[in-house]
Amino acid sequence: VLGKAVHSLSRIGDELYLEPLEDGLSLRTVNSSRSAYACFLFAPLFFQQYQAATPGQDLLRCKILMKSFLSVFRSLAMLEKTVEKCCISLNGRSSRLVVQLHCKFGVRKTHNLSFQDCESLQAVFDPASCPHMLRAPARVLGEAVLPFPPALAEVTLGIGRGRRVILRSYHEEEADSTAKAMVSEMCLGEEDFQQLQAQEGVAITFCLKEFRGLLSFAESANLNLSIHFDAPGRPAIFTIKDSLLDGHFVLATLSDTDSHSQDLGSPERHQPVPQLQAHSIPHPDDFANDDIDSYMIAMETTIGNEGSRVLPSISLSPGPQHPESPGLHSEEDEAEPSTVPGTPPPKKFRSLFFGSILAPARSPQGPSPVLAEDSEGEG
Amino acid sequence: MRFRAKIVDGACLNHFTRISNMIAKLAKTCTLRISPDKLNFILCDKLANGGVSMWCELEQENFFNEFQMEGVSAENNEIYLELTSENLSRALKTAQNARALKIKLTNKHFPCLTVSVELLSMSSSSRIVTHDIPIKVIPRKLWKDLQEPVVPDPDVSIYLPVLKTMKSVVEKMKNISNHLVIEANLDGELNLKIETELVCVTTHFKDLGNPPLASESTHQDRNMEHMAEVHIDIRKLLQFLAGQQVNPTKALCMHRICRSGKKTLLFRVETNETSKVSSVLGDETIFL
Repeated sequence: VLGKAVHSLSRIGDELYLEPLEDGLSLRTVNSSRSAYACFLFAPLFFQQYQAATPGQDLLRCKILMKSFLSVFRSLAMLEKTVEKCCISLNGRSSRLVVQLHCKFGVRKTHNLSFQDCESLQAVFDPASCPHMLRAPARVLGEAVLPFPPALAEVTLGIGRGRRVILRSYHEEEADSTAKAMVSEMCLGEEDFQQLQAQEGVAITFCLKEFRGLLSFAESANLNLSIHFDAPGRPAIFTIKDSLLDGHFVLATLSDTDSHSQDLGSPERHQPVPQLQAHSIPHPDDFANDDIDSYMIAMETTIGNEGSRVLPSISLSPGPQHPESPGLHSEEDEAEPSTVPGTPPPKKFRSLFFGSILAPARSPQGPSPVLAEDSEGEG
Repeated sequence: MRFRAKIVDGACLNHFTRISNMIAKLAKTCTLRISPDKLNFILCDKLANGGVSMWCELEQENFFNEFQMEGVSAENNEIYLELTSENLSRALKTAQNARALKIKLTNKHFPCLTVSVELLSMSSSSRIVTHDIPIKVIPRKLWKDLQEPVVPDPDVSIYLPVLKTMKSVVEKMKNISNHLVIEANLDGELNLKIETELVCVTTHFKDLGNPPLASESTHQDRNMEHMAEVHIDIRKLLQFLAGQQVNPTKALCMHRICRSGKKTLLFRVETNETSKVSSVLGDETIFL
């Protein structure tokens, strides 16, 4: 399961943020254009042994290359067949993440991955604040996306007449009419969904490729998938949940305003974001990035922190402060989220805020707080 | 111009899908010709003569239980459309276990062929998948280039051996040479031959049987055993054979030498009288 989750996350971003928390191990990633965020939280019960940190030491947070971590879990079939036990430990002193796979026949594979200390990757999203939601078994959604070619980038999800849920392939408007793409549409009845809370006429467009990452995981784990969404332009939240883990994928959606216009109409935003224009990824979601970033930045500023920060949420312009972490993104130094106890450790972690603290909405999954077991060896 | 058709029978849908897959494998774009009693898929090759390289004919009533069309005009009651073959085969792929398939000509922002599939779902409600395949209407003046290839008075026509066998033989031969010589005679013998400097490999098929010749005149005194031969590009033949996913009831090959010396080879594969696929390969004799 862990391997599948990693595969699923790898569809989104290139770096994996690993953070052992009191309520579980959190694996997060975000894509390069910051238009998609994914997080899996594995409750301590998911593990045979779970220890967030040795007593007296602050929790470590680390960031590793997705590629390296994925390579440990590269072959899911092989993992299932041969691996009996998997131990993951973080060694703060040597900056190494050690993954040990205890396999059959006494074979033990040890992977030493070096990691970078990093800020806590925390996206802000509140499923409860989204007016629309629908929930269905992953299998239904898997069947729903079957008609679409694997190469399709974006899809529009909407509610049509008769409360039918419609998924339609989305193609950008082509200037030249010669190469028109085939448009496919899948129309599902309301009965296929366990819960449908949206009016007719609402629709959002999001990146299908990124969604497939979560969908395939949900299908393999046979879970229900919930989609919470709002107006076009606001991020859509895809969640899965069971007793041992939960996963959240937050994807940007295309806004109605079909341009790089910066005005979201969001009153809180008081910072123009010229960096987004300069963002030169030729990504079809480009203007979606604008929106989610504006949204994120808007949220950031509502925390009411030290106001006058430049918010280069994407560009890596070195901030005016914090010279001691040259290798990191220079993000703002905000207050720690309350889910991670303790103030920034001596290393002066910076935390990246996508918005206001989510803590209340994201209550820890799984049963009562984990009991720190005896240290099981720090790698 | 109007066109609406519906398939409800699973076997018909299957057959139609397989034909569409075959077309998709052979060429990127194809022409669809709709006439009151037939549906044709036409592929044009960039041959010197610019003629049709593959022609597939489906008897409409064997596939559709509803079929209505109105052509360009009363005298020319046909519709010629150009579309990307992969689009159609992809659209049909979702129709594997469908309750019904509807095809119609529509104009949603751009002219397209709308394929609408009604699927059964676990719950009581049905699911509908719609694909809008963009098309281009082919003007009447180009219709003459898209007619069925005929081989009038073939010199030799012969039934082909089991296509699978033939395909595996040709596939092995492909590794040795690019050109294949096909020889056939009226005695039911077919040879597939490749020649290189080092080696010459021939596969002989016997007792294949010949379809009755249409006209008797010029061939009465022909030696039954005289082999007519044509050189063709092995890859093109392989393409044609590879596309044959449908199990044919009848497969034959016609060979013709025109007075001008031009040779043409026509392969025709028929299935149950419901569909007919013809492929024309030109002679590519190499002069050493």
